Amino acid sequence: MSERVIGILADSFMKILMAGIRVTIPLSILSFFFALIISVIVAIIQYADIKGLKQLCRFYIWIIRGTPLLVQLYLVFYGLPSVGIVLPAFPAAVLCFSINEGAYMAESMRAALEAVPKGQLEAGYCVGMSYWQIMRRIILPQAFRTAFPSLSNSFISMVKSTSMASTITVSEMIRQTQIINGRVYQSLALYLEVGFIYLLFCTVLTWLQGIGEKKLNEYGGAR
Amino acid sequence: MIEVKNVNKTFNGFEALQDVSLKVEKGDVVAILGPSGSGKTTLLRCINFLERADSGTLDFDGEVYDMHSISKKDISRIRRKTAFVFQNYNLFLNRTVIQNVTEGLIIARKMPKEQAEQIAIRALEKVGMADRLNSYPSQLSGGQQQRVAIARALAVDPEIIYFDEPTSALDPELIGEVLNVMRDLANEGMTMLVVTHEMNFARNVSSKVIFMENGKVIESADSKSFFENPKEERTRSFIQSIMSARD
Repeated sequence: MSERVIGILADSFMKILMAGIRVTIPLSILSFFFALIISVIVAIIQYADIKGLKQLCRFYIWIIRGTPLLVQLYLVFYGLPSVGIVLPAFPAAVLCFSINEGAYMAESMRAALEAVPKGQLEAGYCVGMSYWQIMRRIILPQAFRTAFPSLSNSFISMVKSTSMASTITVSEMIRQTQIINGRVYQSLALYLEVGFIYLLFCTVLTWLQGIGEKKLNEYGGAR
Repeated sequence: MIEVKNVNKTFNGFEALQDVSLKVEKGDVVAILGPSGSGKTTLLRCINFLERADSGTLDFDGEVYDMHSISKKDISRIRRKTAFVFQNYNLFLNRTVIQNVTEGLIIARKMPKEQAEQIAIRALEKVGMADRLNSYPSQLSGGQQQRVAIARALAVDPEIIYFDEPTSALDPELIGEVLNVMRDLANEGMTMLVVTHEMNFARNVSSKVIFMENGKVIESADSKSFFENPKEERTRSFIQSIMSARD
């Protein structure tokens, strides 16, 4: 590798990393946070079998899972302005990622809710608790534990999906790399570099997931 | 104390309960016997509204409720005076032993935590589980879990406890510890309605026996005359087959 390339890599590393810290990570965390809220609500509506709303939830999951994330991004950022709704790039990206990942996570949450032994609901009724008290204190915490690995999966996958926000002008890591590459034409080196930074982020997340699972196992152990 | 009249329940055309009536007086220990599929468990679940009966009335402490159209409010009022012990214990898996017992007191009855814990410890002492306060259900044997479930039932100071085959899911050597707890409760005068396959319990502990088959009450009598002097032919053959299986 020539000295020039090494110099370019060294210069760009901090720039790309900063884009990661300033944009990719907040974008991921915000989107995941909203996706989590959406998924819990959508999963509970289905679990509790709330008529009408349940069909709406199935429709939402069907639409979102059946269309590409890229199309959803383009529709919100480039499409909506033509009907008068103009969103800045970052909020548009958060909106799309939350709604998109929320649909997948809702299915994980629903499966986890259904895996909680139902008898506990009846036991809760029999000691006088209400449906929502039992959900909040007994069923949901157990479902979260079951869903934790697949929610972690979603988060890691979302970190990488945020690279698509580059297509709607969000200056996250890929966009930063593209800008640098436009000046120096070192695609191989630069895209290896940005790939490496993504790997770094995801390694940290995998490590955190391990800690989280250990913590969750402290109470209860195997069932 | 409670009187159930003419309960009917159909599952997809299958008549699980047909005109079932029974009466439990204060201090009674009533055993409901019968072959599998006879409707015993369904009856118990209908009485505590875990299952909604198609028709029937429940007289609880002199107040009469329609078992089909009873309101949610009345259901929770009745449930405040009752407790239920399940075949599969149904402990809250994300709660420790003591939390399993205090949960209903603190959350449903808005009792201060300290008071609830005192009550819980007393109930757990009664079932011999006070040394495992901070264990999780998954760390306990089936018999221990069922004893915690009984403590959870006792803690709410119920007027009656319903037991749904409380020993059926247990290993044979663990059945004794649960039955002993139930025997102690009976001796203290607790009112109990027990669906069971334990003939010894029905014979020696319970004061009354109700024998069911095909969703109907075949015979209802005090324990002594039920076992020594059964009136119905079907009851006789049931007792005989159980007793001979034992020898």
